[in-house]
Amino acid sequence: MTNLEKYNEVFIRSFGVSEHELEELAYQSIEAWDSVGQVELVVELEKAFDVEMNPEDIIDFSSYKKGIELLKKYDIVM
Amino acid sequence: MTVFSNIEKYESNTAVIFEDQQVDYATFVAHTQKVADVIGERCLVFLVCSNTYAALTGYVSFLRNRIVPLMINHTMNPEMFEKLKENYQPKYIWQPKGFSEGNSIYDFYGYELICCKGEDYPLVEDLALLLTTSGSTGSPKYVKQSYKNIKANANSIIEYLDVRSSDRAITTLPMSYTYGLSIINTHLLQGASIVLTEATVMQREFVNLIRKYNVNNFGGVPYTYEMLKKLHFEKLELPSLRYITQAGGKLGKELHSEFAKICNDKGMQLIVMYGQTEATARMSWLPWDKTVEKCGSIGIAIPGGRFSLIDVEGNEIQDSEIVGELVYRGENVTMGYASSGEDLILGDERGGLLETGDMAYMDADGYYYIAGRKKRFLKVYGNRVNLDEVENLLKEIGYETAVAGEDNHVKIYAVNGSAEDIKGFLAQKTGLNMRAFEVLSIERIPRSDSGKVLYSELG
Repeated sequence: MTNLEKYNEVFIRSFGVSEHELEELAYQSIEAWDSVGQVELVVELEKAFDVEMNPEDIIDFSSYKKGIELLKKYDIVM
Repeated sequence: MTVFSNIEKYESNTAVIFEDQQVDYATFVAHTQKVADVIGERCLVFLVCSNTYAALTGYVSFLRNRIVPLMINHTMNPEMFEKLKENYQPKYIWQPKGFSEGNSIYDFYGYELICCKGEDYPLVEDLALLLTTSGSTGSPKYVKQSYKNIKANANSIIEYLDVRSSDRAITTLPMSYTYGLSIINTHLLQGASIVLTEATVMQREFVNLIRKYNVNNFGGVPYTYEMLKKLHFEKLELPSLRYITQAGGKLGKELHSEFAKICNDKGMQLIVMYGQTEATARMSWLPWDKTVEKCGSIGIAIPGGRFSLIDVEGNEIQDSEIVGELVYRGENVTMGYASSGEDLILGDERGGLLETGDMAYMDADGYYYIAGRKKRFLKVYGNRVNLDEVENLLKEIGYETAVAGEDNHVKIYAVNGSAEDIKGFLAQKTGLNMRAFEVLSIERIPRSDSGKVLYSELG
């Protein structure tokens, strides 16, 4: 599985969305992505990529696209 | 008697910070007088709570002026709200504009005062405020707290937490919840500051506010700490924090010891506490320097309070390591419950003694540990059986169950597993005769939104 496939899979599983909805997905754009949903999403991403993100990044992980940028800091490139 | 009667003495200390505004005590107190002057008499008011300036001003106003608020969270649904109104017949409602329909006679910072035509039930002299005990389930049962209760508990908390006028708390909990309210009470009584926010600990705003205003403390329930752990709190730079507190349920040994270590490393204090709305807020605290050694303990009784443990015969247990019902004595033991406006004339029914409904034991140093809720214990053939433990035993070998029942009759509601296997296993594990157990098959275990098993919905 590529990094992008892994990344997408976590989103799909966490929020119950389909792949074509991913691009525009963001905090509060769907009911499931509230502040709790965001934290739980990151927990799953950390497990999937075996990485520990720092709190500032977890708090700022506000969209699907933003997440891709943030993960670069941890050497995870899509 | 009232509460907050002379906080104006703190004059130019900052009282409240909200939406980038800072209000000093002199101004805050002047503001609190306004709504009280409109109401002009002692009566029952519904206070729809939110972590906003208007809600806080209303709360302090009412307590200073012997107006009695019944505290309701703004998240309560309209149907429940109407039912409560019928039960209690408040004379006024202090609410966010538009929260409910009515005759609005005054407004202030986004809140309005609604004038109702009510039954005007008489209020007993000492009654200060009414707080729910059941959260969001909408039961009309409210705890009646007196002025003495609130002052006694606040003073005790101020003493053991060492709340200083230089302290600055940020809200993390609803004002309609006794823990959130106690943080407000203690800070205002000491001339300290409160940063009001609706943001949760996982939001950018929350962290920004702590940094911007040099917040030095906050409180959290177990769920808060679970979130903070997922945020990797140990890596969060919040140098202004001096202490954090925990109450509202058992933290769990793992989380407790993790946060004890994190706080130690950061030069912060973690103070774990135990209490109930029925005891105003707090009954015990775990001194921060004992939090590692006594991990899992609820600590010792608060200043002015006293614990005892009672056995099944009603005798006081003197020895350590013996489980009994935890009983508390203190000036913070509340008057009793109300279910409707008619109950508001009733005075103190407890006389300063509270049966907590929790089972506990003491260690050799006099530190208390909760063993479980009384209702989750049964007597089976003379033996005390912890129903949560039975569930855990079954879970460990792969059975998903909810366990309930009555004395001498343990009922196991099982999603999987055969009656023979389960009964056999339990008989062997507990040493109790298989006849004590009945296994009933269910499709799924009924749970609330927060994941708690709804035992009342079984069988």
